[in-house]
Amino acid sequence: MSVTVYVPREATARALGADAVARALQEEAARRGVAIRLVRNGSRGLFWLEPLIEIETPQGRIGYGPVKSADVPGLFEAGALQGHPHRLCQGAVESIPYLKRQERLTCARLGVIDPVSLEDYRAHGGYAGLGAALAMQPAEIVQTVTDSGLRGRGGAAFPTGIKWKTVLGTAGQQKYIVCNADEGDSGTFSDRLLMEGDPFCLIEGMTIAALAVGATRGYIYLRWEYPQAHAILGQAIAAAYQHGLLGADVMGSGRAFELQVRMGAGAYICGEETSLLESLEGRRGQIRFKPPLPAIKGLFGCPTVVNNVITFASVPIILARGAAHYRDFGMGRSRGSLPIQLTGNIARGGLVERAFGVTLRELLYDYGGGTRSGRPIRAVQVGGPLGAYWPESRFDTPLDYEAFAAAGGMLGHGGIVVFDDTVDMAAQARYAMEFCAIESCGKCTPCRIGSTRGVEVIDRLVAGDRSALQETVLRDLCNTMVYGSLCALGGLTPYPVLSALDYFPEDFSKPAARQAVGS
Amino acid sequence: MGERKRVAIPIRPAPGADLPAGERAAVLDAVERHRSLEGALLPVLHAIQDRLGWIPPKAVPLIAFELNITRADVHGVITFYHYFRQHPPGRHVIHLCRAEACQAVGAVALEDHARRVLGSEMHGTSVDGSHSLEPVYCLGNCAMGPSLLYDGELHACVTPERFDELLHAAKTSGERA
Repeated sequence: MSVTVYVPREATARALGADAVARALQEEAARRGVAIRLVRNGSRGLFWLEPLIEIETPQGRIGYGPVKSADVPGLFEAGALQGHPHRLCQGAVESIPYLKRQERLTCARLGVIDPVSLEDYRAHGGYAGLGAALAMQPAEIVQTVTDSGLRGRGGAAFPTGIKWKTVLGTAGQQKYIVCNADEGDSGTFSDRLLMEGDPFCLIEGMTIAALAVGATRGYIYLRWEYPQAHAILGQAIAAAYQHGLLGADVMGSGRAFELQVRMGAGAYICGEETSLLESLEGRRGQIRFKPPLPAIKGLFGCPTVVNNVITFASVPIILARGAAHYRDFGMGRSRGSLPIQLTGNIARGGLVERAFGVTLRELLYDYGGGTRSGRPIRAVQVGGPLGAYWPESRFDTPLDYEAFAAAGGMLGHGGIVVFDDTVDMAAQARYAMEFCAIESCGKCTPCRIGSTRGVEVIDRLVAGDRSALQETVLRDLCNTMVYGSLCALGGLTPYPVLSALDYFPEDFSKPAARQAVGS
Repeated sequence: MGERKRVAIPIRPAPGADLPAGERAAVLDAVERHRSLEGALLPVLHAIQDRLGWIPPKAVPLIAFELNITRADVHGVITFYHYFRQHPPGRHVIHLCRAEACQAVGAVALEDHARRVLGSEMHGTSVDGSHSLEPVYCLGNCAMGPSLLYDGELHACVTPERFDELLHAAKTSGERA
């Protein structure tokens, strides 16, 4: 009887040597004449344990990690295939506290299943949501999504049901479903993990959206930086077509939905929905004026639903278990759960899906275990490169869209980047402006010019060149960018800049920084 | 009054006639495979770069002609997106992450090291033509940085020492080949 062994095929696990471990396992098994069934699963998102291999045993799946290929003979020797103890043994994977104390709704299948096996997907509840949707009228599907309280997980947190309702109510010969998989924020990877670990969930969510609004074509706009996600999505989409889950007749319903993946080409701005649509149409990713909203005039001028990966992937469970099940998680107006990403200088980096309401402190210390360097945490940036830098005094803020906004921050896509006490916050503020200058689409002046001027002003400020004046100019410039930019890139870049200045003013006047700039 | 000299003005120069045969074939093949797509330009450009490693500026008129769009449209798109190259790359391409999560674990020092070791600035190629160095803003490996792509393959927790090992491995495998 063969033993089932799981080794992730997810990008971070592979970057840490998962492919070599998989090869070593097969070679060692062959050498010993032991039969194993190797499954390349997704990652659970416990990255400090990757490559995390899992052995199927009568006591459940036992994990070992982080495994190097050189550890493999020792693992066989110790009886790992029977789940026996070894220095790398983590016990039953589901009981690892980091994972056990999560509320995995959207990411429930991550790391559990073979991502490109429809059989696995169905055995773990897949396509129950689409099945339910097929028995409903479009307006009922939209109402269910509205009732669930789901809001756009890409960062803007717009109520998904309202967006869908607009598209449903807009007449059009052709409507589109577009998935924003241009996950460009530093400190985020939940879209990638989902696409690499449970691609059918995204496909199912998009198909439900198509049924809900009457769309027949869909695109996944994927960033080129995610080649592994591209490969896995390609396999999953092909399998879905082959089994009648995509194409002219979805699940025998007579309804059509055609789905394609399109690759971006390295432009952060294409994560902004109107830039993304321009890019899909084959043009420079310059943003469009709004209105008209994409829901009314979107891709090729047609009514279009544009949602993020996690938003679409949250839809199947809402349809399968009902709006109330999802809505019962969370706090205030932030309903359901958020896949949070612990990144940067963090001891236990990874994916933590929790209902809204968990505090930053709990995430940083109870889950994350403090910094990787062992030094104190000095600052965190939540919400990507446009999110505010916060000091420890803000760590008791609960993860909730409104609570973050009230505290001058942004929850965004749920990425948390941790910095220890060696960070130079003036350098981080300068980088925020530099990044905006590099990635600005150039359409509006505050963003295009303001970002470059911002770098210069910060340089002068740090150099001690009439500091009080420079600070006034910087704040004035930031004000212009916030209120005068067309989209969030120019409009939010001041948040990391000003939060760094407000919370860490000492970094903008320290002698070391002055010398560095002067040299 | 002398006779005016007649100058032949080519009304429609054969687009892409000055492209080397291999590059011309790559462009035509890319166009052929993707022209029926909605918004075909990006898929076409990706296909060309996948094949050639870059998009030769001389290919622009041919792409424009085949897709029935202006050369300005094609040039504008190529220059807008950071990923598209207008110069041939070195034998290997390193995409080094410069974003915040990697900065928090030493990406700035790694970038300095990479530039020093390769003797190349960002967007440049080392003098021996072995490596091109490109910045990238997030590879989605933010819990295990610093990160880079070496010829499209992701590497995690890249210290300067690990970086040197990667270069060394490329050199030795190059000698074997």
